[in-house]
Amino acid sequence: MAANAPAVTETQMPLNDPQVVAEKIKTQYPDAVEAVSAQGIVLKKDRLLDVARYLHDTLAFDYLNNVTSVDWQDHFEVVYHLTSIDRGGAPITLKVNTARDNPSVPSLVPVYRGADFQEREVYDMMGIRFEGHPNLRRILMWEGFEGYPLRKDYKEPYYEEEKKPFGSRWDQGYHVFAEDRNPWHDNVQYPAHLDALAYKPPRESVPVIEATQAATTRLRTDKIILNFGPQHPSTHGVLRLKVTLEGETVRAVEPVLGYLHRNHEKIGERNTYLGNMPFTDRLDYFTSMANNLAYAITVEKMLGIKPPERAEYIRVIMAELTRWQNHAAALGFLYNDLGAFYTPLIYALEERELILDLFEATAGSRMMCNYMRFGGVARDVTDDFIDKCKYLVNERLPRRTDELEAYMAKNELFLARSKNIGILPRDLAINYSTAGPVLRASGVKYDVRRAEPYSIYDRFEFDIPTGTVGDLYDRFMVRIAEMRQSIKILKQALEQIPPGDIMTGKKNYQVRVPKGEMYGRAENPKGELGFYVVSDGSANPYRYHVRAPSFINLTALNQMCVGHKIADMIVILGSIDIVMGEVDR
Amino acid sequence: MAFGLGLLNGLRYTASRVVKTYIGDFKHLGRRYDDKLFKERQSVRGSGIFTVQYPEERLVPPENFRFIPFLVYEPALDENGQPMMDPATGKPVVGKLRCTACGICAKVCPPQCIWIVRATTPQGKPKPQPAEFYIDIDVCMNCGLCAEFCPFDAIKMDQVYELAGYERHVSHIFDLRALSKPASYHAQIHPTDWAREETERKAKAKK
Repeated sequence: MAANAPAVTETQMPLNDPQVVAEKIKTQYPDAVEAVSAQGIVLKKDRLLDVARYLHDTLAFDYLNNVTSVDWQDHFEVVYHLTSIDRGGAPITLKVNTARDNPSVPSLVPVYRGADFQEREVYDMMGIRFEGHPNLRRILMWEGFEGYPLRKDYKEPYYEEEKKPFGSRWDQGYHVFAEDRNPWHDNVQYPAHLDALAYKPPRESVPVIEATQAATTRLRTDKIILNFGPQHPSTHGVLRLKVTLEGETVRAVEPVLGYLHRNHEKIGERNTYLGNMPFTDRLDYFTSMANNLAYAITVEKMLGIKPPERAEYIRVIMAELTRWQNHAAALGFLYNDLGAFYTPLIYALEERELILDLFEATAGSRMMCNYMRFGGVARDVTDDFIDKCKYLVNERLPRRTDELEAYMAKNELFLARSKNIGILPRDLAINYSTAGPVLRASGVKYDVRRAEPYSIYDRFEFDIPTGTVGDLYDRFMVRIAEMRQSIKILKQALEQIPPGDIMTGKKNYQVRVPKGEMYGRAENPKGELGFYVVSDGSANPYRYHVRAPSFINLTALNQMCVGHKIADMIVILGSIDIVMGEVDR
Repeated sequence: MAFGLGLLNGLRYTASRVVKTYIGDFKHLGRRYDDKLFKERQSVRGSGIFTVQYPEERLVPPENFRFIPFLVYEPALDENGQPMMDPATGKPVVGKLRCTACGICAKVCPPQCIWIVRATTPQGKPKPQPAEFYIDIDVCMNCGLCAEFCPFDAIKMDQVYELAGYERHVSHIFDLRALSKPASYHAQIHPTDWAREETERKAKAKK
């Protein structure tokens, strides 16, 4: 492959069309393509790795956005979304089918390291084996869990019906507690072959230094494994890190996830389309407005509707306010992780409170906004919103952004702790599928708002700030610069916002989405938030998958931490800016 | 840059914050509980940190704030056309619930926490009113979709947020009695929405 390495012409060709890409693949691997449609390219299972390599090396599809799977009852389908960082544009879709019994697909980890956690998630939730994956274990559920929750035949505890609304609620809806409705009553379904008395939970093998060995080698340091968490205050939620230490130096980190897992995707498949909207608030609860927007644009693309002008502007204003307050909070917590205990965090939260007040006055809730609807927003902004917002954007936010930068960027301790720590080089940042500020700090000029503009972002003038080295300091500076860009967008949007309607058509709670599938994405403060929605034409989504940026950014944690001290690991974790609501879903 | 200047610079910010926080307190000495000042110091134009001493002081939630739905009823009127008051509860007597038991709120509810039993006539025909209405407030996620999609303005979002209890099997299942609140209460907490609904209703009545 090295002989025909990416040529300049290849990176500039319009390769967003699956037909064109399929033709290219056929010239190289004539037998690899099974079918091509607007929904994607279906590949033969055994040629997947070859094709992926070809796409990555020759056609410059260097970024794996998303890996997920669909249970079609008679077979499984694994879905990959790929883009090129340089070309931008909509991602192309690759699909691979596998039989329902003993399903397996070749792993893409050798080509895209970003597939690591995502394939583990697919294996965990759908039970599809990825041959050649270096570490194929459950990731969200615990080892020893029985069943694969996202399969269509899996029934969760408290299961009532396939789809909401449940028939028992109306018109003879006498209240019953969930515990009493539970078919297994004590909330546990035991596997058929389980002998409860003989059962021993699987144990993780942790190498322990023997006492005799320790005694003879009193001064020798050895590797120890430290379980960091799950409830250390600096781990940003209930996250456990399995750290291999040599003295104080980190040799390997493995995040252990799932403590906040609630199977958002299964809930989403039971829900109606509109019913998912308030659930998206709870993904990344710092940025609920932006989550709403990403989900709304995905379903709107399937419905083929566009919100009116005023609604578009309100959406952008809300999304950018969200970005500002998320970054402010992220920086505040970053200072906290560095040891500046809580004082700068409180300063960072001061303006955030005012922004949340605006959300509360408009949407009704500070964090669980549930504000966007398909084709508009839930309600118009209040009369004094624009005034208050203008004052914030023109006076307070720029001042606070400068302040946040000023008391850290020149601080000697901060510089010593952040320069050249946790470096993620450019090519690895792309290969690990990191997104958002983490990707941009490594010098990759990639922002979904520019690469595949959604809503009305193409009308605003703003830059994509990037770092140069990809260390902690760059991730800090990129966030500060993004806050400034958000203010720039907000200023333009607040000047241009027109009067008018806020909804296209009538508000409808029984949204029926035409048959088809869609991968919609938006640039969230944490990175690319994607929703992969498959509709079978009914009132509930057939498949609903969330590409969670914090989850995928964690894939690169090990790469960033190795070789640094354990105190730096905390800061590196803070610089990824994860929210467990989104990581565990 | 000399080593330590950045540190001093940081301390300068902390010091200025301390001063800023107390400027307001000294400027308005003894007028902390003045309503207008209270609002101003909490708003975008306030400066320094102004702490509300909950539960002695409380913030007034904005009109759109939503927390747990309630059912709106029209109070029963006495012969003078004034709402009859129940001396036991101090609330107006329930005249007629606006709810018609159409079930839209129960269908739109994302966590399915609304349970409705439709009333029937003695002949067994369905009557447009609820016989029972339950909301499991531990399951309710305060999304406000029920209030948004109710075609009769019969279910609205409340603003009472202090609902902690010692058990969830009795006190956290709101039934008709706990849910019903008079239309005047809705008018009081949602003045803008109320005015809009009234004009709409009058326009409809004219037709």
